[in-house]
Amino acid sequence: MFKSFAPEWEGFEPGRWSNTSVNVRDFIQKNITPYDGDESFLEGPTEATTKLWEQVMDLSRQEREAGGVLDMDTKIISTITSHGPGYLNKDLEKIVGFQTDKPFKRSLQPFGGIRMAQQACKEYGYEVDPEVIEIFTKYRKTHNQGVFDAYTPEMKLARHAAILTGLPDAYGRGRIVGDYRRVALYGVDMLIEDKEHQKATHFVRMTSKNIRLREELSEQINALKDLKKLGEIYGFDISRPAKNAQEAVQWLYFGYLAAVKEQNGAAMSLGRTSTFLDIYIQRDLERGILTEKEAQELIDHFIMKLRLVKFARTPEYNSLFSGDPTWVTESIGGVSVDGQHMVTKTSFRYLNTLNNLGTAPEPNMTILWSTRLPQNFKRFCAKMSIKSSSIQYENDDLMRVTHGDDYTIACCVSSMRVGKEMQFFGARANLAKCLLYAINGGVDERLGVQVGPKYRPVEGEYLDYDDVMEKYDDMMEWLAGLYVNTLNVIHYMHDKYSYERLQMALHDRDVKRYFATGIAGLSVVADSLSAIKYAKVKPIRKDIEITDKQGNVIDVAKNVVVDYKVEGDFPKYGNDDDRVDQIAVNIVRTFMDKIRKHHTYRDSLPTMSILTITSNVVYGKKTGNTPDGRKQGVPLAPGANPMHGRDTHGAVASLSSVAKLPFRHAQDGISNTFSIIPDALGKNTKIFAGDLDIDRLTQEALTEDEDQ
Amino acid sequence: MEKLTGRIHSTESFGTVDGPGVRFVVFFQGCPMRCLFCHNPDTWEFGKGTEMTVDEILQAYERNKAFYQNGGITATGGEPMAQLEFLTALFAEAKRRGIHTCLDTSGICYDPACPERFDALLSVTDLVMLDIKHIDPERHRALTSQPIDRILAFAKRLSEKGIEIWIRHVIVPGWTDSAEEQERLGDFLAGLKTLKGIDCLPYHDMGKRKYEELGIPYPLADTPPADKELAIAAREHILKGLKKRLVAEYKKKQG
Repeated sequence: MFKSFAPEWEGFEPGRWSNTSVNVRDFIQKNITPYDGDESFLEGPTEATTKLWEQVMDLSRQEREAGGVLDMDTKIISTITSHGPGYLNKDLEKIVGFQTDKPFKRSLQPFGGIRMAQQACKEYGYEVDPEVIEIFTKYRKTHNQGVFDAYTPEMKLARHAAILTGLPDAYGRGRIVGDYRRVALYGVDMLIEDKEHQKATHFVRMTSKNIRLREELSEQINALKDLKKLGEIYGFDISRPAKNAQEAVQWLYFGYLAAVKEQNGAAMSLGRTSTFLDIYIQRDLERGILTEKEAQELIDHFIMKLRLVKFARTPEYNSLFSGDPTWVTESIGGVSVDGQHMVTKTSFRYLNTLNNLGTAPEPNMTILWSTRLPQNFKRFCAKMSIKSSSIQYENDDLMRVTHGDDYTIACCVSSMRVGKEMQFFGARANLAKCLLYAINGGVDERLGVQVGPKYRPVEGEYLDYDDVMEKYDDMMEWLAGLYVNTLNVIHYMHDKYSYERLQMALHDRDVKRYFATGIAGLSVVADSLSAIKYAKVKPIRKDIEITDKQGNVIDVAKNVVVDYKVEGDFPKYGNDDDRVDQIAVNIVRTFMDKIRKHHTYRDSLPTMSILTITSNVVYGKKTGNTPDGRKQGVPLAPGANPMHGRDTHGAVASLSSVAKLPFRHAQDGISNTFSIIPDALGKNTKIFAGDLDIDRLTQEALTEDEDQ
Repeated sequence: MEKLTGRIHSTESFGTVDGPGVRFVVFFQGCPMRCLFCHNPDTWEFGKGTEMTVDEILQAYERNKAFYQNGGITATGGEPMAQLEFLTALFAEAKRRGIHTCLDTSGICYDPACPERFDALLSVTDLVMLDIKHIDPERHRALTSQPIDRILAFAKRLSEKGIEIWIRHVIVPGWTDSAEEQERLGDFLAGLKTLKGIDCLPYHDMGKRKYEELGIPYPLADTPPADKELAIAAREHILKGLKKRLVAEYKKKQG
């Protein structure tokens, strides 16, 4: 499709990427320079880097002192081209571009929901311009409004009771990763040309499905045109491909920047960029137009920008995510399908930013770990993990089977092929609470109201395993159906009112969509069922007063099980004990199978994650006492983690329990949060050596003796 | 025939400080020593713990053996040699399966009067981590409630048998932090041909909570934890004493 081999590509090995179609993977495979060496080539920060970073630290301090937000837009609605250029220090920045016209100023993004935008402003002492409010309440509908127009009363109640939690119905869904590398490799004009071609060759029979796609393709083309303008705002012509490393980083970053200017998504991940950029850096190094110091500086400045991505969010949102995360996830390493590892010097350079700029949670650097990664890189990762605690690891050997070798991680565990697959983020269903509903016949243990279907509650003095399991199965059946349908509403409306036009412009036309459900509370459920099976669990019943919004008692729920007395011991998840681990495995499979029964929006493929990294704290607050002895308010364990303190046989046993969970039934990812003090990882060599040799010591001693 | 079982306090699936590599660690229940600085008082009493067979323990090992490819299995406690028959059976079967075996012991159960009793065990042991708590017999008794002679005899036996030894020595302020004691220990170690490591562990008081739970008064309540530097210095002193002796021996041999 491309007319000729662009002059900017000179020195690259041609292939399908340059002859046939947009194909970044092919470009990488043809041009990669894998690196097996160690980190000794790395350079420290330049003077400019240090100076800029000091400025950032100073602004961060000011932001903290100002109560969490330094400045906010209240009038200008953020679009790709809404703002003039913004700089820290124009003369020093090698990579430029901010979301607004200055760093640390948060943009106004009302398309997800005007109320959320208003609240976010209000909490920090700002007021959204009345005219903007009027536009987005009177004339322009938001995603949030659309969702609530279509929700059923049952959906609203489930949401209120927090058996469905963290739903992206009032904010941007995120978790879509544009292939930002395309901007650098092809330049925007070629991408527009490609999209025009896609539109011209698409179905002309006007079914609602085809109409929607045609409209979306037009939106995508408009977004690409805006992207070009964004380049112009900063004085760059990004209509053509990038011709050197600096342009490649800059072009790529403009792609990402345009995305975060338009979408305040729950996770705005970057993709798999390090090895791609390495090809440009390598070419410049070989041409002698770039030094290692300069290469590191480019990466440092790029990472600095990613660390400064900020959104206007409400305190409730921040408490759900324990902070103000942006999930700028970058996937590093991995192995190609033909067995060659994909670690390059730039994989090292990315990690080296943790040295040059200090540690930070963003960007979320994620190592696609394989047993076949080079030893030197593995060692460097381990060293940087000990030093920074800022690296995430994911199993490439497992995911490569499904996604090939050009996939990336969105948010923390969701895997998808870059530019070819996307997902509908689905937050999670609280399975711990679902178990309590099974016991109480659908009555919420905190509110006393009937949320789930009015099934027969558990009776008798002790809980019976078979009886509880049967009831739990029925309640999960109900929950799965309600959950999928709720998500269908959300994603229909998000596509309609807050479509990610720029990110989708950096995808193929016919993308594979995942319908990413999630579960919370797995270890609580496994331990609770284990307690019921292997110990004796006595339910404690109480009447609960039901109150209205003003706090007036309007009804009383009789005999609700609100607590449990556990008699005897039981096997606990996290100790490599199959008696309970298999319960966890079964729950995952069972719930996923129930999800699979339902129609999903846009023929998306249902998947499931077990991944709450921070929101488990909030979910715990909203989940009553559980039969494993956990008390109301105590956080659920994060992701697939065993409950805190219950894994008593050490890390390997704990990890083994988690590793039993079947990836094919939790394809959107399984997370395990693991911390260990460095001393517990082994001996400090200064104190200890296992290779003493008496003969050698004798020689040493004799030499020392003669010296004296 | 009744199946042979051991009394096991617990197992740890991720041992990184109990021998080379990542190891599966088996804590034996029961110990005759009462070291003042012991941080596992819950392993003292005999007859408690869980009864486990060799197979049960090795099954847990095998399930995760990928983690242990550069490590192996370590028996510790409590005092593993107090359950000699079971320990020997465990190590014999581990060896048969090609697993590296490491014994972490105080040596207190060794009997110099009939060394052959321990030959079967030693024939299936790759490495012994021998704890020498104090080199002075009087102080040793005060610190551990037991005499030292069996322990030193065991060290010599290991050397004769060609079994690799790592010496462990806990540095307790006021007890084992003098250069004199440490050099003396080094002097003794010079006689061990198979010595491969000296591991000086700074004393810590993380066991305090366990004493409270068991209702045992904490014996070293007034002793501060030792810092790493103290342990590094101790190692130097031990090496100094060791080298001094090596030179003396060499010169003696040369006449």
